[in-house]
Amino acid sequence: MKSHVLSQLRSLEAEAIHIMREVVAEMQRPVLMFSGGKDSIVMLHLAAKAFAPARIPFPILHVDTGLNFQTVLDCRDRWASRLGVQLVVASVPEAIDRGLVQEEPNGSRNRIQTPVLLEALEKHGFDAAFGGGRRDEEKARAKERVFSFRDDFGQWDPKNQRPEIWNLYNGRVHQGESIRVFPLSNWTELDIWSYIEAEEIDLPDLYLAREREVVNRNGMLYEVNEFTPLRDGETAERKLTRYRTVGDANLTACVESEATTMRQVVEEVAAVRLTERGATRGDDKVSEAAMEDRKKEGYF
Amino acid sequence: MTTATEPAGSTAGQELGVYEAGSTDLLRFATAGSVDDGKSTLIGRLLFDSKTIFEDQLESVEQVSKDRGNDYTDLALLTDGLRSEREQGITIDVAYRYFATPKRKFIIADTPGHIQYTRNMVTGASTADVALILVDARKGVVEQSRRHTFLATLLGVPHIVVCVNKMDLVDYSEEVFENIRGEFTEFAARLRVPDMTFIPVSALKGDNVVDRSAHMGWYEGTTLLSHLERLHVASDRNLVDVRFPVQYVIRPQQNDARDYRGYAGTVASGVMKPGDRVLTLPSGLESTIESIDTADGPVPEAYPPMSVTVRLTDEIDISRGDMICRPNNAPTVTQDIDAQICWMDETASLTPGKKYAIKHTTRWARAMVKGINYRVDVNTLHRDEEATEIKLNEIARIKLRVTQPLFVDKYQNNRQTGSFILVDESTNKTVAAGMIGAVSHGY
Repeated sequence: MKSHVLSQLRSLEAEAIHIMREVVAEMQRPVLMFSGGKDSIVMLHLAAKAFAPARIPFPILHVDTGLNFQTVLDCRDRWASRLGVQLVVASVPEAIDRGLVQEEPNGSRNRIQTPVLLEALEKHGFDAAFGGGRRDEEKARAKERVFSFRDDFGQWDPKNQRPEIWNLYNGRVHQGESIRVFPLSNWTELDIWSYIEAEEIDLPDLYLAREREVVNRNGMLYEVNEFTPLRDGETAERKLTRYRTVGDANLTACVESEATTMRQVVEEVAAVRLTERGATRGDDKVSEAAMEDRKKEGYF
Repeated sequence: MTTATEPAGSTAGQELGVYEAGSTDLLRFATAGSVDDGKSTLIGRLLFDSKTIFEDQLESVEQVSKDRGNDYTDLALLTDGLRSEREQGITIDVAYRYFATPKRKFIIADTPGHIQYTRNMVTGASTADVALILVDARKGVVEQSRRHTFLATLLGVPHIVVCVNKMDLVDYSEEVFENIRGEFTEFAARLRVPDMTFIPVSALKGDNVVDRSAHMGWYEGTTLLSHLERLHVASDRNLVDVRFPVQYVIRPQQNDARDYRGYAGTVASGVMKPGDRVLTLPSGLESTIESIDTADGPVPEAYPPMSVTVRLTDEIDISRGDMICRPNNAPTVTQDIDAQICWMDETASLTPGKKYAIKHTTRWARAMVKGINYRVDVNTLHRDEEATEIKLNEIARIKLRVTQPLFVDKYQNNRQTGSFILVDESTNKTVAAGMIGAVSHGY
C-alpha cells in the first residue's frame, strides 16, 4: 500500500504554493519583493510553479541600492525575461538624489532602503508584498506571521498581530494598509539549499566557491572589489570562498568554502555551525534588536 | 541505525540522504507551559542536544548568562524573543522554531502557557500533530496542565506527550512519576485523547530529552526526541473523504495555453486520481477528473497536503470557494453552523445578534450569531449555559447562521473542512477560531 506521506521539502513547497495562490485570489495588487538573493529566487521559482501553465500574475519589485553585485543583476534579468514577468525597480541612489533619504555615515543602505520600498509600494498601489523572510533567520522573525499586517505607514506591530489559525489566512485590509506575505516562513537555510539543489534552480554564481582576493576585517572575509577596496594597512589574500547570503556588496562577507557544486553547498550547510546572518552580514550586528527595529519601520 | 543522540548537523555524508527531496517527513508539535515549568529550557535542550544551536547563538547565550551571574548557561535564553518580551520577562506570542534530525524535520509552535494566552495555544495547536505538555514533578497535575490538555483535544491534536519535568528535584523518583501519570490519566479519561505518552525528564540536566538518563533505570520507555522521531502520524490524516476546496482558477491568457482551465487548490483530505467521478458544490454537477497537474507534470494521485491543479472532463462553471468531492461522499451543505469557538479579540466580545465575516476553506461569507449554547470553563470543563457574552480567551459553543451555504464536516472528522475563522468587519481582525460540532443538514 502506498504511504501517501509527502516529504518535508514537498510539504514546504505545497504550503508556499498554497499561500501564494491565496494572496493572488484575495488581494487586489500583489507584488513579489525580489532582492536577487537565493530566498527571493526560490520564491520566484515557487510562484512560477503555483500558477503554471499561466504566467506569474504579479510583478516583481527590486529595491536597487546601487550596491549590487553585477552577477546578481544579471541573474535577476535572466529570471525576469525567462518567466515573462514585469520588473519594477525602485532606486535608492535616485531617492538619495531626490532627498527622500540620506546616505548613512557608515555607507550602509540597509536602513535607508525602507522608505524607498514603502514609497514604491504606495506609488504602485501594492496591497500585498511577498518577502523571502524565514522564521529560522532571527529572533524577531520567529514570531512573524505568514500574513503580516502593516498599517498605512508600513509598520509592523509585534504586539498586535492577527492570530493565524490552521491555514485560514486573513488578508483583509483597509485602503492604504497592506500585508507582507512570507511563503518561506517555515523553511530553514538547509531546506532552501536542498530545494535549490533538487530543483536545479539558477542562482548568481556568487553562491559557489571560487578563488577570490579577500581581506579579513574583524573575522569577516570581504572580497576586494570596487565596493570594498583595500584600506590603508590592510593586506589581501587569495582564498577559496563563496557567499552564503547576498546583500549590499559593501557589507556582505563571504566564507571560506570548497563547495563548487550545489551538492557540496548542501553538505557544507548541513555541517556548518554558524547562523548565516551571524557569519556574513555586517548590518545585523548593530544591536541585538536590530532586526526587530527595522521590521517595525517597515523593512522587508 | 542512527540514534537520537547523533548530532543533526555534523556528519554531512550520512545526513544528506535525508535531505533528498523524498526521504524525510515533517512533524509539527506545539508546546505549552509557563516559564516555571521549564518549557523554554526543554526546547533549548532539544535544540542544544540535537546540535541545532549555532555557535554564535550559543556564545551570545553564554555571554548573557555570565552577565546575569548565572551558575550555568541558561538554555531558556535560546528561545528568548522580542525585546518587549525580554523587558517584561514574559512570552507574548507564538514563536516558531525548527530543528531536524536524520529522521525528521520538526516545527515547534512554542506558546506561552498562562490563561491569558489561551488564544496563542489554540493557534499553535491548530496545525500540530503532537502537543507537548509539561508538568513540574514537584507540583503534579495543576490547573494549567488540565487547561492545556483540554485545548489540545479541543483542537484535535492526535498525540499528547506529557513530560514530567524537573525529575532531578524529586530524586528521580519512580513513585512521583507514577502518581502523576495516574492522576493525569484519570483526568484525561474525561476528554477525547487518542494517544497519550508520559516521559520523565529533566530539561535542565538533560535526562531523557535527547540522551537517556543515567538516573532513571526504572524507566523503560524512550527519550523525548526518540519518541518524536518515531511517532506514526501518517495515519492521523483523513485519506478517505475527498475534499478539494477550489482556491483559484487557472486560465492562462496566453497563446500557448489558451484552452487550459484548471482548478488550483490544496487537497484537504482524501486521495484523488484521474478518472475519478467527482461532484462539485454548490452546483451539484458531476464530472470526471481528466488530469491532476503540477508544474512538474501530471501526477497519478493527489493527497493532503499537496497543492495541485485539477482539470475535469466537462466544462462546468466552478470558481473559488467551490468544493470538489465524490458523488457518494460529500460534505454537509448548510447555512446553520453549530461550533465551538475560541474568542481571540481583546477589544470586543461576542454576543448574540452580532455579524462577522467568516472564512471556511477558501470561501468567505457573512455570519450572524444566533445564540450562545454555553461557555466552557477551560480549567474545570464546567459548562455555563447562562453565558450571554464571550470574551477574550473564552471557549464557547455557539450557533451561527451564514449568508450562503458552506460545505462542512465535523471538526473531529476533518480539521480542514471542520474549521473556520471569524473576522470583525470593521477592524478586519481575526476574532475567533471555530470548530464545527454537530452538523445539521441544510437541505
